Amino acid sequence: MTEEMETLHEFTNQEYKYGFVTDIESDTLPKGLNEDIIRAISAKKAEPDWMLQWRLTAFRNWSKMEEPTWANVKFNPIDYQDIVYYAAPKKSDGPKSLDEVDPAILEMYNKLGIPLHEQEVLAGVAVDAVLDSVSVATTFKEKLSDLGIIFCSFSEAVREHPELVKKYLGSVVPPGDNFFAALNSAVFSDGSFVYVPKGVRCPMELSTYFRINAQFTGQFERTLIIAEEGSYVSYLEGCTAPMRDENQLHAAVVELVAHDNATIKYSTVQNWYPGDKEGKGGIYNFVTKRGLCKGVGAKISWTQVETGSAITWKYPGCVLQGDHSVGEFYSVALTNNYQQADTGTKMIHIGKNTSSTIVSKGISAGFGQNSYRGQVKILKNATNARNFSQCDSLLIGDKCGAHTFPYIEVKNSTGQVEHEATTSKIGEDQIFYLNQRGISTEDAVSMIVNGFCKEVLAELPMEFAVEAQKLLGVSLEGSVG
Amino acid sequence: MLSIKNLHAAVAGNEILKGIDLEVKAGQVHAIMGPNGSGKSTLAAVLAGREEFEVTRGTVSFAGKDLLGLAPEERAREGLFLAFQYPVEIPGVNSSYFLRTALNEIRQHRGLEKVSAMEFLKIIREKLQLVEMDEKFLKRSVNEGFSGGEKKRNEILQMATLEPRLAVLDETDSGLDIDALKIVANGVNKLRSKDNAFIVVTHYQRLLNYIIPDFVHVLYQGKIVKSGDKELALHLEDYGYDWIKEENSRSERW
Ligand SMILES: Nc1ncnc2c1ncn2[C@@H]1O[C@H](COP(=O)(O)OP(=O)(O)OP(=O)(O)O)[C@@H](O)[C@H]1O
Ligand SMILES: [Mg+2]
Repeated sequence: MTEEMETLHEFTNQEYKYGFVTDIESDTLPKGLNEDIIRAISAKKAEPDWMLQWRLTAFRNWSKMEEPTWANVKFNPIDYQDIVYYAAPKKSDGPKSLDEVDPAILEMYNKLGIPLHEQEVLAGVAVDAVLDSVSVATTFKEKLSDLGIIFCSFSEAVREHPELVKKYLGSVVPPGDNFFAALNSAVFSDGSFVYVPKGVRCPMELSTYFRINAQFTGQFERTLIIAEEGSYVSYLEGCTAPMRDENQLHAAVVELVAHDNATIKYSTVQNWYPGDKEGKGGIYNFVTKRGLCKGVGAKISWTQVETGSAITWKYPGCVLQGDHSVGEFYSVALTNNYQQADTGTKMIHIGKNTSSTIVSKGISAGFGQNSYRGQVKILKNATNARNFSQCDSLLIGDKCGAHTFPYIEVKNSTGQVEHEATTSKIGEDQIFYLNQRGISTEDAVSMIVNGFCKEVLAELPMEFAVEAQKLLGVSLEGSVG
Repeated sequence: MLSIKNLHAAVAGNEILKGIDLEVKAGQVHAIMGPNGSGKSTLAAVLAGREEFEVTRGTVSFAGKDLLGLAPEERAREGLFLAFQYPVEIPGVNSSYFLRTALNEIRQHRGLEKVSAMEFLKIIREKLQLVEMDEKFLKRSVNEGFSGGEKKRNEILQMATLEPRLAVLDETDSGLDIDALKIVANGVNKLRSKDNAFIVVTHYQRLLNYIIPDFVHVLYQGKIVKSGDKELALHLEDYGYDWIKEENSRSERW
């Protein structure tokens, strides 16, 4: 083993930096899942009856469904009766300003490098922070509401904007879409809601930090973003979680709806706890994300940087219904140690002249397994549809794996689909070249990996791109050869 | 500055360097010539600290330090620069960012302040002129898609920017057109000072018309079998290596 190899291994053996638990009294339901639990969740949130009924229907669907097994991931069976489905910080009435937020929570966010106080002033970022299951603080809300933009917690949206929620909830990801989406539909705790009215360009990045906190708690967020005709919004979600021995289930659902000529940009930096070096613990991140380009010329762009979680199962997709609509998917997925990722996208071309772009960068280190799974479907009436896909894999060391599963289905002869795939190894000669210029092996690896991901990182909003770059470096520390 | 004593090195169990002795003093230029496969690049790689070459015997001291005890990046920071025979492409890594990072590592080691992106631009513009390279190369990824000659010139640009104490140029002249050769040689000559030194590995006497060496050594089968001044290079140009090989096999027989 060369020295670079050894450094690679050290690099991989970095301990998770965000492993601490905040002590906040939590208001928790007993473990297990049945109709009573769902009624209790709904009651705790003081939901209207239609919302409860929607949950119950989803639950009944879910009860008849089976956990999917087709993904290229291995894990011990999940006992769905051994999970707590609701936990909220004690203070029942939502805080009206940061001053009302529990100092322990603010302190925790500070440790994570999300200084809310600063964010309020800086960078034009509005933060809707979700701690466990309830929104903790929302900033910039007033500024946004002057423009008619609604940015609030999902629960608040159910109370304050029921007509919008009723109209769009489940319209992109139906409650019976898949096992995990059905589960989320039954038990979702909270999440974010965004509504951008016609012709309005949201002047700031909207951002939410999710964080799993209480023990044994699965987190089931639900996000719904609606962009009316000619509007624009960019949304960023960042996640991180404290160290745990038990595996924790995370099954979120995100639905996006873009009307005529509207653009939604959705960026994710996911850094849930990945488990330890031996593959013990870590988050199961089973997420359903889908955007509907409902109108003519609508555009939805997904950008994700996935460095955390023990298992990632996630395919943010676009349904290109409107003519001339555009779907994009830019992804970096990094697996180190025993992490597994099965991720990719689905681009469904329905309208004419629709186009989609897929750029996927998979990085595997340690014993990590990284699969790209992507579906491009061009339906019968989608004349002149175009897709371009590029899937690149980078291997660090020789115990990890990269896999590519592209599914292409073209039912209209005018459709054009291009798929490019490459697999490469971080070369010792590249590392040596950088070493010879005075750059340490750790920095060299970080530089090479960031170079590999450049096209995707360039899609992230500036301030988060920097964070993502650091995250890639940290996630790979100790891994190179 | 550099003192190599009885250096032996092996790769994959084969001994390639079989007892090299070489003294390089500040202000000197040494040329190393020799047939293909004689160990010139291996010597360069061993000096730079490439892991797969195992030093089995001998010592190397550089600027008063035990060179062989240092990691590759430490050697670089101490002022050892290798212009690679085959410069490596690093996709997606911006040339300017890479070179500024390298410069700052080295400056930090020398106890100097890091340079900002703006300051770096000032420095690099001057160096670009020295090797007559266009600024647009800085925006590209490190060596990616560079022509053979551009890669070589880029090595000299890096050398000029990092200002090493000792630069080892491994066949930097190969693949250069005549104009580029002059530019590279000119770059080296401008950098020459009483405080630094160069080891120039080359197959062609032509380069030595531009970079006048103080010494010429012939490396053959892992040993320096002949040393002389620039006349030796001229002689090799005319007569090739056969006489050296012959002399050497004779000495082996004895
Ligand atoms: N990694 C390696 N594994 C096995 N043999 C090697 C390795 N690297 C170098 N060698 C051998 O070592 C010998 C010396 O190689 P080296 O590259 O140092 O020669 P050179 O003098 O630079 O030749 P050239 O003039 O062709 O560049 C050659 O026989 C080469 O095949
Ligand atoms: Mg060579």
